[in-house]
Amino acid sequence: MFEIFGVPSQALFGQLLLGLINGSFYALLSLGLAVIFGMLNIINFTHGAQYMMGAFAAYLLLQHAGIGYWGALLVAPILIGATGVIIERLFLQHLRKLDPLYGLLLTFGLALVIEGLFRNYYGSSGLPYQVPEALRGGRNLGFMFLPNYRAWVIILSLAVCLATWFAIERTRLGSYLRAATENPVLVRAFGINVPRMVTLTYGFGVALAALGGVMAAPIYNVSPQMGSDLIIVVFAVVVIGGMGSILGAIVTGFVLGIVEGLTKVFYPEASNTVIFVIMAIVLLVRPAGLFGRST
Amino acid sequence: MRSRRLLFAFAALLCSAAAARAEDVAVKIGVLTDMSSLYSGISGEGSVAAAKLAVEDFNPAAHGLKVEVISGDHQNKPDIGAGIARQWYDADHVDVVVDVPTSSVALAINELAREKNKAFLGSGPASSDLTGPKCSPNTIQWTYDTWMLANGTGRAVVKTGGDTWFFLTADYAFGHALERDTSAVVTANGGKVLGHALVPLNTPDFSSFLLQAQTSKAKIIGLANAGGDTINAIKQGAEFGITAGGQQFAGLLVFINDIEALGLKAAQGLVLTETWYWDMTDANRAFTKRWQVAANRPGKFPAMVPAGVYSSVIHYLKAVAALKSASDGRAVVAKMKEMPTDDPLFGKGSIRADGRKLHNAYLFEVKKPEDSKYPGDDYKVRATIPADEAFRPLKDGGCPLVSG
Repeated sequence: MFEIFGVPSQALFGQLLLGLINGSFYALLSLGLAVIFGMLNIINFTHGAQYMMGAFAAYLLLQHAGIGYWGALLVAPILIGATGVIIERLFLQHLRKLDPLYGLLLTFGLALVIEGLFRNYYGSSGLPYQVPEALRGGRNLGFMFLPNYRAWVIILSLAVCLATWFAIERTRLGSYLRAATENPVLVRAFGINVPRMVTLTYGFGVALAALGGVMAAPIYNVSPQMGSDLIIVVFAVVVIGGMGSILGAIVTGFVLGIVEGLTKVFYPEASNTVIFVIMAIVLLVRPAGLFGRST
Repeated sequence: MRSRRLLFAFAALLCSAAAARAEDVAVKIGVLTDMSSLYSGISGEGSVAAAKLAVEDFNPAAHGLKVEVISGDHQNKPDIGAGIARQWYDADHVDVVVDVPTSSVALAINELAREKNKAFLGSGPASSDLTGPKCSPNTIQWTYDTWMLANGTGRAVVKTGGDTWFFLTADYAFGHALERDTSAVVTANGGKVLGHALVPLNTPDFSSFLLQAQTSKAKIIGLANAGGDTINAIKQGAEFGITAGGQQFAGLLVFINDIEALGLKAAQGLVLTETWYWDMTDANRAFTKRWQVAANRPGKFPAMVPAGVYSSVIHYLKAVAALKSASDGRAVVAKMKEMPTDDPLFGKGSIRADGRKLHNAYLFEVKKPEDSKYPGDDYKVRATIPADEAFRPLKDGGCPLVSG
């Protein structure tokens, strides 16, 4: 085995791949945030809690309805997305004309309430959830052992990210959406129900978070604080990528996962701060983010 | 009108004062714990409930005491914990702080109790420094410590052939202490430590660190962490074929809550050390039933930490009743060390000069799913480590109270 900077190449390639896996979670979550921010101009701080709800939904569906992983992959995002629709109808739509700060405060408060409720009912220690039968085991790639489930996570996340990007940037529906953010009054004049479209967009963003939660349930500890551990990193990803930029969120998510993975090889103690260091640098050099358009 | 109302209020106050007999000694117990984060499952409301059950069982009125239990959330932050404890000791007439999971917070409270001459009974903290270099005449460490965990699990694992180790260590006071103590045990028993990875607290993804552990080729991966971190490491270790590849985990601080969160399928075969298990005796089972109601945690099982809170509060109240005063923390702790301990959960025991409570420790193995007959039936006993072997010998701790 040859070495790169004193690190065996085996470890290096392994970490790169792992970074890619983590990056797929970052990408999926920051994508939801970017969609919501881009279309609603709301900084959705509830995103972490909704990711956590997705994981809990997977657990509860299995325990109480006998619906396994594959079913949960479909049902949980729909259920949690529906709660997102309710939140949008009840609260967020009234904040649209106000400063984005109000939306941030509301969603942050909601996140605390939701986490508190789950902690009250389920405790903080976490709940068990197994990897589905079909995806157990793994294959030896020569330089590392890749669990099948992780490979599945990369593929699914990439597919969902690309499909979302395509739907928003390349389809007619997506063009309505983008037009509605630019000039909602004009788009309504063409007979399009803009408020409903906005509500559904929020529901969709939330469903993406829940999907991330279901995907995380078999590998991370399913606990009420699982979202808050992740959400801050994801926000950094969105800021680096450029607020509201769909492609930026996806690419930055994957790239930062890799950067973090490399940090874990060379200087593990810094692995939970490296993303924020990058964020600070990007904000200094390109305040609009790597992919953002400065307005 | 107003003066008459005042008069009534004054009369009512007099009556209530008369109701509490004049000679009753007022004792205030502050349960300082993690109410909202990763250690709230092993302590939190569960510890508060245990303290209240202890007071109930002690029957303060019969001993001329009047006991009040209050609680606070230290959020695992030393500055916040010290702030609450300072307020309690200075302004709220709290005589003793109990529990305090998270070693970094406990070390801060340790100094504060010494400074204010109050008592501190640590059931939650793990760092063996509390009875080592940092030992204090005002502090008793009750339930367990890092040396005992290292010695219990570490020695057993090395003895059964696990002689090369790689540590995944939580990057703060507790993790460092646990790794240091375990490394010493491993080397002393002829094993070798190949390396370690310092992992930031609350890391969701362990795969990078697991991969380093895998490439180290160590037979044993020592988990010098706790709570959600341990769960994530074991869960992902199974996924990455760590156990299938012949490497084995040694959980250095694993609670029953963690096993429940992992599920027996993922946790089976794991070896761990605890000083208390809910299903060991009838008294423990009876306590568990009452605790589930008092803590409002139906279907959950108390870890050793709430049990230690119960035991420490009972013994503390005995000492206060004997002294008829709780105001001098150092005197109460000295009395506690003088009296032998005896309670339904930990049985007979004693407290050493350095503040170390002594009782048996048990090496447990997590059952296979098919061997578990009912919820919470998680452990089988592999070995009992008698009290005099379970904890660090007095002379090795470097406690100034002993040498000086």
